[in-house]
Amino acid sequence: MKLDRRRLFAGALAAVGGLLMGGCNRLSASPSFQDFLISAQGLNRRGQRLFQTRMGLAQEFSAADISPAFRANGETNPKAPAYLALLANGFADYRLKVDGLVDRPLALSLEELRALPARTQITRHDCVEGWSCIGQWTGAQLGALLDKAGLKPSARYLVFHCADEWDGRPGQRVHYYESIDLYDAHHPQTILAYDMNGAPLPVAHGAPVRLRIERQLGYKHAKYVMRIEATDRLDHIAGGKGGFWEDRGYEWYAGI
Amino acid sequence: MSEAADTATPSVPPAAPPGRNSIYRHGLIVRITHWVNAGALAILLMSGLNIFNAHPALYWGEQSHFDRPALSMQAVRGPDGTSRGITTLGPLTIPTTGVFGLSGASGRQEARGFPAWLTLPSQRDLASARHWHFFFAWVLVLNGLAYVGSGLASRHVQRHLWTPLRELKFIPHEISNHLRLRFPQGEAARGYNVLQKLSYFGVIFLLLPLIVLTGLTMSPGLDAAFFNALPTMFGGRQSARTLHFIAAAALTGFFIVHVGMVLISGVGNNLRSMITGRYVLPQPKVRPPKPEAAQ
Repeated sequence: MKLDRRRLFAGALAAVGGLLMGGCNRLSASPSFQDFLISAQGLNRRGQRLFQTRMGLAQEFSAADISPAFRANGETNPKAPAYLALLANGFADYRLKVDGLVDRPLALSLEELRALPARTQITRHDCVEGWSCIGQWTGAQLGALLDKAGLKPSARYLVFHCADEWDGRPGQRVHYYESIDLYDAHHPQTILAYDMNGAPLPVAHGAPVRLRIERQLGYKHAKYVMRIEATDRLDHIAGGKGGFWEDRGYEWYAGI
Repeated sequence: MSEAADTATPSVPPAAPPGRNSIYRHGLIVRITHWVNAGALAILLMSGLNIFNAHPALYWGEQSHFDRPALSMQAVRGPDGTSRGITTLGPLTIPTTGVFGLSGASGRQEARGFPAWLTLPSQRDLASARHWHFFFAWVLVLNGLAYVGSGLASRHVQRHLWTPLRELKFIPHEISNHLRLRFPQGEAARGYNVLQKLSYFGVIFLLLPLIVLTGLTMSPGLDAAFFNALPTMFGGRQSARTLHFIAAAALTGFFIVHVGMVLISGVGNNLRSMITGRYVLPQPKVRPPKPEAAQ
């Protein structure tokens, strides 16, 4: 009798567990439930920024801390013909476009970018997957670049359009893109990096220019940046969530 | 609440029938926060294992030295072409096919850290797992603050969870009692024994804060706040991630022992006391007289 009750109890527990798991998986697949869960990200952003000072710096390290093997993730070898043409010429024809809600649209060569106020920092790169590497980055401060272009008062976001192509909907190729808000755009450590560990940025890490936004995760650090667009909203670009990975379910605010 | 109901309906016999020493053991806030905590921890553990599976390796220090993980789970292909799951722990390599590194239905095995039945969602889905994890992290923290706040205000923590120094000398005795599955009876069962006090207090005031703080340390946004105090406190972000994992394993160990104790020390009585609050003090067994021979 007692044994039967125990077996019944264990059986019921397993059944409830199975139902819960199935239910959670079904819930997990529902877009509206994901939207509900992701509603916490506004809280995360506001909560974190409550404790960050606006210009509070991410930790910087010494040269001895630099990773001997900094992992390259995402696209590491873009095959888009336009990119390969630029690469073949040592990026001599590269022009970084700055447009959208700006007073003076720009098209900067690498030399012009290198002439802007720059910053060098040794920081830790945190991938959303969980690993971290430390590297040294030198690049133009985004804030100074934006001052040069003159942001219009209506601008709220900066969208980074990249050269690397990814699979979009079946049969479709899409460009990587990312976006940040002005809070992080004017941060002193937010730079358009053209050097890594004292040498020109390697292709695997985003040559000729990648974004460094040190208080957020790796996927925000767009590589192969071709164009920076100032905009007042994100919903009209690609999937409308503000980035390639954001359109695939990841958080737009990646400080967590 | 049930006490109010008892007095309101005098025709119903009192909840503590004579001889069945029934006490009101757990207050309403304790009961609610207990179950919210249990649900949130289950979701956090399983979604956390899904997140871990995105990079099933742990490291010490600030960064990942990929060639020397403290722990890793991976699938390797043997010389005969078949895959097997291995777990490395420091210098040790342990075959874990079917559980860690490589798991799934036969013929459809895939390389993954923890098996599908332990992760939320079951399939590899870092984005969704993060949504679950970060939502229920808020639930865990707000629920925990409600519990600790009310527990301190009502002096529940000070009176029932804190171990007075003079009780420490009972530890060996209690360990031997627990090993023999002998549990307090009568008046002695009214409060928690010293092992319960130490483990509950340790979980609530050490392990749960540790897992929250190491979790926060993995956030680059918060690492930049407080003048980098968080990563400094734990010896780097990757150390914090490893400690987060160890704390999760310790909480899982607590859960297993806790549920085991609930099951063997009177599962119905224990569950009822955490649902309705009412607990019947187990009475010392009086050896019943030898039954008369059947006629």
